[in-house]
Amino acid sequence: MKLRKVTAASAAVLALAVAATACGSGDKDDSGSGGGKKITVGIKFDQPGIGQKTPQGYSGFDVDVAKYVAKKLGYNQDQIEWKESKSADRETMLQRGDVDFIAASYSITPERQEKVDFAGPYLLAHQDVLIRADDSAIKTPADLNSKKLCSVTGSTSAQNVKDKLAPKADLQQYPTYSACLTGLQNKAIDALTTDDSILAGYASQAQFKGKFKLGGFKMTNENYGIGVKKGSDLKDKINKALEDMVSDGSWDKAVQANFGPANYKNEPAPKIGDIKS
Amino acid sequence: MRRPRGAAHRGNPHAEAREIVFDFLEGYDLLGAFWVTVQLTLLSAVGSLIWGTLLAAMRVGPVPLMRGFGTAYVNIVRNIPLTVIILFTSLGLNQTLGISLGAHNFDTINFRLAVLGLIAYTSAFVCEAIRAGINTVPVGQAEAARAIGLSFTQVLTLIVLPQAFRSVVGPLTNVLIALTKNTTVAAAIGVAEAALLMKKMLENEAQLLLISAVFAFGFVCLTLPTGLILGWVGKKVAVKR
Repeated sequence: MKLRKVTAASAAVLALAVAATACGSGDKDDSGSGGGKKITVGIKFDQPGIGQKTPQGYSGFDVDVAKYVAKKLGYNQDQIEWKESKSADRETMLQRGDVDFIAASYSITPERQEKVDFAGPYLLAHQDVLIRADDSAIKTPADLNSKKLCSVTGSTSAQNVKDKLAPKADLQQYPTYSACLTGLQNKAIDALTTDDSILAGYASQAQFKGKFKLGGFKMTNENYGIGVKKGSDLKDKINKALEDMVSDGSWDKAVQANFGPANYKNEPAPKIGDIKS
Repeated sequence: MRRPRGAAHRGNPHAEAREIVFDFLEGYDLLGAFWVTVQLTLLSAVGSLIWGTLLAAMRVGPVPLMRGFGTAYVNIVRNIPLTVIILFTSLGLNQTLGISLGAHNFDTINFRLAVLGLIAYTSAFVCEAIRAGINTVPVGQAEAARAIGLSFTQVLTLIVLPQAFRSVVGPLTNVLIALTKNTTVAAAIGVAEAALLMKKMLENEAQLLLISAVFAFGFVCLTLPTGLILGWVGKKVAVKR
């Protein structure tokens, strides 16, 4: 009798699992990018100011750019399907056709250009540091050499610190920027380093307002582009849309809305195809 | 990280082809990263063998308080995800409480914290494996040892544990292999082992499948011989009953 109960219970669990999977795949079916009325866009889900999933929907500069581009391509907001594209997955997602284009703090680099095509750039960011608002010990990039830095594990920013910017700095790596912020608040870490656009996004969050400031160092150039599948005809259309976005003022509005509160001095909108190394 | 490609081996078509396929390996210290993985594994293995044996001794011992502690420890630690434990050692112990384990830079601190976290986690599994081994030793052995006047410690260390260990080489090998792969979690707090180098390479090279395959192969190279050698040892030392 006992055995039968266990069997019944496991059967129920199995049935539930199967049902859940069935639902999952059902969702995916309607989203097929070739289906005509929908466009699938890859963004970051966890970077405030850039691309963030919130209970109210999606927000951030990349999201605003993607919405504008999608509108110019003939898709309304409710026809956009958002997908999370983590840094390591971006090329694969484009090559497989999981997404139509990716706007996810995607820096244009020669290695990536071998795999995918880039429209843009639409934003010129620089590696910078985020420090405590009352910290006056870090004034130049050279000051970082004796400091404790934090960045995301294996990221380009973390490698830049080790390789050239501040080789003597003590570098802590965490899976997310939020983890770095714990140490920064507790003074276990002196500076969080990555692209200034991302830092500005964090500093603009309500709970951190007034606690952190940007160093303003401009240590590297990061050209954010919109990734599309290699050889895709979307590239030219997106470039056209990005030009429109700058010329009609929507670009400035988006920058102000997303980075404004952090006192972030943005670069002027980059020219299409003008990649600063 | 810009470097000229295809400069070496010009003229030799095979070498050139190889260069194109494995181009992405250039300029990375693969062996160094795996060496850190090996160090993490060995130190944690020794640590968790000691602490796991002590826990097992507590769980079979005559003192109720120690039995309770052993049981509670195993059941709590075994059920916490390793990532949480490792992140806690860094964010909780180091960044919040200021514990640095006698080191002065993040590289050393994180390595030691990772070993600490891996020992804490793995010893729960080692304890259970050894306890299972203790159960394979016939009760008569312990009874006979007690009858000739040996104390609990003597019964355990002289009679029961030596036989128990010989029967759990297999299960402990499983734990060791799991531990080897678990060291990748240390990348979460920035220990420069294999998984961290993999993240770095994925970020730079845009070669998801190839790079993952190389690291998977690296781990197979570490764990396959471990399994084969210890499997042979296990057979050699098994108690024939």
